[in-house]
Amino acid sequence: MSIFVDNNTRLVVQGITGRDGSFHTAQMLKYGTKVVAGVTPGRGGQKVEGVPVFNSVSEAAKKTNANTSVIFVPAKFAPDAIYESTDAGIKLIVCISEGIPAIEMVKVVAYLKDKDCRLVGPNSPGVVSPDDTKVGILPGHIFKKGNVGVVSRSGTLTYEIVDHITKAGLGQSTCLGIGGDSVIGTKFIECLELFAKDKDTEAVVIVGEIGGRDEQDTAAYIKQHFNKPVFGFIAGKTAPPGKRMGHAGAIIAGTAGTAAEKIKAFEDNGIKVGETPADVARLLKEHIK
Amino acid sequence: MKVHEYQAKEIFKKYGITTPKEKMCRSVEEVTAASNEIGIPCVIKAQVMVGGRGKAGGIKLAKDDKEVKQHASDILGMEIKGIPVKKVLVSEAVDIGSEAYLGIIVDRTEKKTVVMACKEGGVEIEEIARQKPEAIYKVYADALMGLMPHKAREIGLFLYEDPKVAFECASITTKLYKLFVDLDSSLAEINPLVVDKSGRLIALDAKINFDDNGLFRHPDIEAMRDRESEDENELTAREQDLSYVRLTGNIGCVVNGAGLAMATMDLVKHFGGEPANFLDIGGSSSPEKVMNALRILLKDKNVKVIFFNIFGGITRCDDVAKGILEAKKTLSIQQPIVTRLTGTNEDKAIEMLREAGLIFAKTMDEGAQKSIELLK
Repeated sequence: MSIFVDNNTRLVVQGITGRDGSFHTAQMLKYGTKVVAGVTPGRGGQKVEGVPVFNSVSEAAKKTNANTSVIFVPAKFAPDAIYESTDAGIKLIVCISEGIPAIEMVKVVAYLKDKDCRLVGPNSPGVVSPDDTKVGILPGHIFKKGNVGVVSRSGTLTYEIVDHITKAGLGQSTCLGIGGDSVIGTKFIECLELFAKDKDTEAVVIVGEIGGRDEQDTAAYIKQHFNKPVFGFIAGKTAPPGKRMGHAGAIIAGTAGTAAEKIKAFEDNGIKVGETPADVARLLKEHIK
Repeated sequence: MKVHEYQAKEIFKKYGITTPKEKMCRSVEEVTAASNEIGIPCVIKAQVMVGGRGKAGGIKLAKDDKEVKQHASDILGMEIKGIPVKKVLVSEAVDIGSEAYLGIIVDRTEKKTVVMACKEGGVEIEEIARQKPEAIYKVYADALMGLMPHKAREIGLFLYEDPKVAFECASITTKLYKLFVDLDSSLAEINPLVVDKSGRLIALDAKINFDDNGLFRHPDIEAMRDRESEDENELTAREQDLSYVRLTGNIGCVVNGAGLAMATMDLVKHFGGEPANFLDIGGSSSPEKVMNALRILLKDKNVKVIFFNIFGGITRCDDVAKGILEAKKTLSIQQPIVTRLTGTNEDKAIEMLREAGLIFAKTMDEGAQKSIELLK
């Protein structure tokens, strides 16, 4: 089993005719993902990598029974792409687009609140359930089917850590990036709720970074509610305060949101924190024998 | 992006929020002229984008002509937290009755816009949040409805007993919320919001930060950027779609992805080295981007070793290798380069770089350690 994506996933790619959209459509198909449709308004009737293109998500969903969407459109158009998928009855939206203004995300989150629809991202690298389905841009070859759930605020750092986990002989149930922005659809805790119910997930790795207090809240949640072992990594120990470190959400405000504060919250709540990415796999390996 | 107090107040004025009579000046002569216009006593305030200006002696009350000149020349020559003061704001001396705090941010935990009010003004809000969070009154705006009038009144009535002042405060709160949303702010703050002896509500100080992700739709705000007060390399990087933050160490890091870039800095430090910078060359990096990144890195004279840490996914290692080779040819790089390239087209990249005199590392641990050894 896995969370979010599996062999029931029927994917529509929003922005499929763009450079990134078409490239990753090919990659996802190669991985085995059921990419059933693409959408680019005005380009309906075309095909990309053999996938039919429609003018709207609602048309795509009606004709192909798509239940999941992945968004590759520019940030400027991404909020509407999310609304469009929501209105078309899509159940899971994975937004890869980076650079959406926080104010727009506040509106998006409010719009989705009472709808039966989950948003992962924006600024997410995607979700992969190894040997089954990949939605997004994560490099498929580093993953291996197994029992470790991985959830992260970043992209390439996740790949680095997953690579260590795989090379240590362990595999992943599902790995996802929840996005590097300050306002995102799905947070660590919601992923943990699903990992808790997933019988194939034996342990979870959380990759956090500076900015906000999501890791602190998650640590408290884990102590109270989560019974599987959790291992952590926090990036940004050397980041100066007040500077945005690439990700819109990675900024230490005043004295809040530092790596030290997050590591302490993890450790105080019984979560082992790797000092380096390689260390995370070592901790896991010690635990799962 | 941050702007100066005087710029934030220009925005306040456009939105109808009362500010003191004031003028931005760049020289003692301008200050003297402005003080005559505004009236003496007046307050001279350093315009730098760091906190603690008052404590550093950057805000002074001038009671006569002589003091105006004295303070102006003192402040215009000083440095606050390493930043030279090039502009001051000459401001009407307000007869302060009471001081409060009013601010708006996006609360990332609640995923909502929140208005915060506190009866103590002039103190850093983070300080209050840490020491007595119960003193901060919060009202959340509805994302789709906005800040409804009764919510704005709630803020006013929390801060002030006199209904007339409370309603005036509600009106200011509404205006502040409007500008926050209109302009894609990440922080809009009046600290302190004062009631003067005649009962007027005035924004004595102003701070607005903008969400970088929203700047594309506000060219007028982008135009307010004070390029002088920003690191030149950071500006260049932004224009070239790179993310760069300068630090104080000597190991220059070039990485793809923000999380991995932070982890690389941390790892250098972990093994006893000092990172010179944060540098994210982004996802789909071309050889040209690598060249640009190296150009920026080489401007920092502290850099003694360059460490490439690339985890190829969308980023192709051969693109990075091509960039390194081009840069070696054209940029006369004296520093040794340690490369750790893994993922997409890794073999091709290493083949390309075989004759280039680089130091190879198989893992980021090894790369960081080799970089540090080279400094010995």
